[in-house]
Amino acid sequence: MFSPNDGQQPGFPAESAAQAPFVDVRRDASGRLAVSFGGDWRIGSALPDLTPVHAALSDRTPQVLVLAAPRLSAWDSRFLTQLMGLADLAESRGITVDTAQLPRGVCSLLQLAHAVPERMDTGREPDDPSWLAAVGRWSQWLVRDFRDLLAFVGEATLSMGSVVVGKTRFRRVDLLRLMQDCGAMALPIVSLISLLVGLILAFVGAVQLQMFGAQVYIADLVGLGMTREMGALMTAVIVSGRSGAAFAAQLGTMNVNQEIDAFKAMGISTFDFLVVPRLLALISMMPILCLYAMLMGVIGGAIVAVAFFDISVSEYITETLRVVQMRHFLIGLFKGLVFGVLVGTAGCLRGMQCGRSASAVGDAATSAVVTSIVFIVVADSVLTLVFNRLRL
Amino acid sequence: MQPNPELGETAYIAVRDLTMAFADRVIQKDLNFAVRRGEIFVVMGGSGCGKSTLLRHLLGLQQPTRGEVLYAARSLWESPPSERAAILRKTGVLFQSGALWSSMTLIENVALPLSQFTDLPPSEVEAIARLKLALVGLAGFEEYYPAELSGGMQKRAGLARAMALDPDILFFDEPSAGLDPLSAKRLDDLILSLRDNLGATIVVVTHELASIFAIADNSIFLDAESQTIIASGNPRDLLADSTDVRVREFLTRGLHDRSGRGLRRAEEGRV
Ligand SMILES: Nc1ncnc2c1ncn2[C@@H]1O[C@H](COP(=O)(O)OP(=O)(O)OP(=O)(O)O)[C@@H](O)[C@H]1O
Ligand SMILES: [Mg+2]
Repeated sequence: MFSPNDGQQPGFPAESAAQAPFVDVRRDASGRLAVSFGGDWRIGSALPDLTPVHAALSDRTPQVLVLAAPRLSAWDSRFLTQLMGLADLAESRGITVDTAQLPRGVCSLLQLAHAVPERMDTGREPDDPSWLAAVGRWSQWLVRDFRDLLAFVGEATLSMGSVVVGKTRFRRVDLLRLMQDCGAMALPIVSLISLLVGLILAFVGAVQLQMFGAQVYIADLVGLGMTREMGALMTAVIVSGRSGAAFAAQLGTMNVNQEIDAFKAMGISTFDFLVVPRLLALISMMPILCLYAMLMGVIGGAIVAVAFFDISVSEYITETLRVVQMRHFLIGLFKGLVFGVLVGTAGCLRGMQCGRSASAVGDAATSAVVTSIVFIVVADSVLTLVFNRLRL
Repeated sequence: MQPNPELGETAYIAVRDLTMAFADRVIQKDLNFAVRRGEIFVVMGGSGCGKSTLLRHLLGLQQPTRGEVLYAARSLWESPPSERAAILRKTGVLFQSGALWSSMTLIENVALPLSQFTDLPPSEVEAIARLKLALVGLAGFEEYYPAELSGGMQKRAGLARAMALDPDILFFDEPSAGLDPLSAKRLDDLILSLRDNLGATIVVVTHELASIFAIADNSIFLDAESQTIIASGNPRDLLADSTDVRVREFLTRGLHDRSGRGLRRAEEGRV
């Protein structure tokens, strides 16, 4: 069947058989410029220099450009684009182009390409690259973003209000699934991070405290640090990376697929149906996760204290119980609640603002995390200051 | 096109001087037409002329640059949100892309509008949802997720969802795109029976000549170049009387169609 000497398989011309492409330019007495092509004009073959053709088109401008391809062995879109380039150049000089002698396939494809005239009213121009325009665009975006945020908060508040009154529109199973995603599924990573933060706090503090022989105060440092601050903060950062980004990606994808439009067109409020369960899930899960993170942090501190600094477990526990009071817990839990609202808001807002492409979904997720973390840190600073002033 | 005061009386949906634009780019301008209660109204036009955009305006998803959309003489955009929601609740829509809710199974997709807007017990909601899926030939696929269906099946599921609440007004954006000829024919029958048996008003965007001639009571023809309606009326009358070459070419699938196959196809659609 297949002999190695068989130079040419039917329908598959051997590569070596391909003829190098060439172009021939001739000018006759009547001012006609005849350009004939030959050889293999396909993607992948090295094209000949077309400058002689260009030169012939520009000096002593001919009246008619005759395109022909008597010895063309193979061609594809590459040939077409080259032809169109020449034809456009000729037409811009007022030269008539005669394509009658080209192969029929080439002619009909060229005709198709010109069948629908280019739409000139599409109103798309490249962006103005000057820095002033960039600043302008950026400030416009900032104002719009802030307005979006206000509108979102307003709508979300109304929807949450109707939940408080007892009118829910979302499906309970959605809420439960979201709570599982934001809460239970986050436990492993929250455990790990909080335990390590507890360890780090303990080590950093212990080195200083040891100089005064006050190692037992590691328990104070870790206990207060975890309950008042780090428990909520670290949980919020983790949750913003997990759930905030997920919310933005989910809602963003729904936007891309017109699923959001389908809700709106049906008169189902996207806030009631999509945003509220997400906010509720975070608001209910965040305090619980924070509580858990505090506990894990304290355990982390205990491990360091017991293993490296000669403190007994009971000493550590007694000291922790002495110093950590109810209000510290409540402050931590309150922060967790606030952070939960912020992460949920940022995630859902970015998801709803999402554009209509796959990369827009990625941008929305990224932006949700960045926005959450900014919100969290700003809110934490304000809250810390307020609690400090209140002497809590 | 002049606004037709006579139509205004019986119009269920009326569009007045509507101009649609994305940022600075005008898509269609000064559209005037009316859809009567209980008729099948077809929107025709070349690809990219703004048919889907027109539907978005009718559905209140996009605000008109100018002009207004009236439902039973009430303006969609000037109404307070609660009234707008009430108007939209009477509508069902099939988007060009299907737009099924991807995190829900087919039956959940169809059941959701029912459980949102009615007090029916869950068993009855489910029964109705099953019926709607069966009507579009998707019985047996209730527990499938949209991603597990073919494009044409997603279209049909979208149709079932649009019909879930037996709405007064149905909007279908290219319902038969991606369907085989037999399914497309069944779909036409379904659309006709929705009109005849439920008295629904149906606005259909479609390119299928056979469908157009089989179902349309009335139609408009949008043109991208002149950015407005270039013909309106019953497509058969248009085919018989229209002198506009663009309309004729569209309705005969191109006069220059060498074999004349297009003409015959269009004629077949009449019977
Ligand atoms: N989100 C958008 N932003 C900017 N321009 C848009 C947007 N959506 C659509 N357009 C423009 O509006 C015009 C009309 O689009 P539309 O989707 O309404 O066309 P169509 O008539 O439904 O076409 P088809 O038959 O192909 O579905 C197109 O030219 C398109 O470029
Ligand atoms: Mg469309």
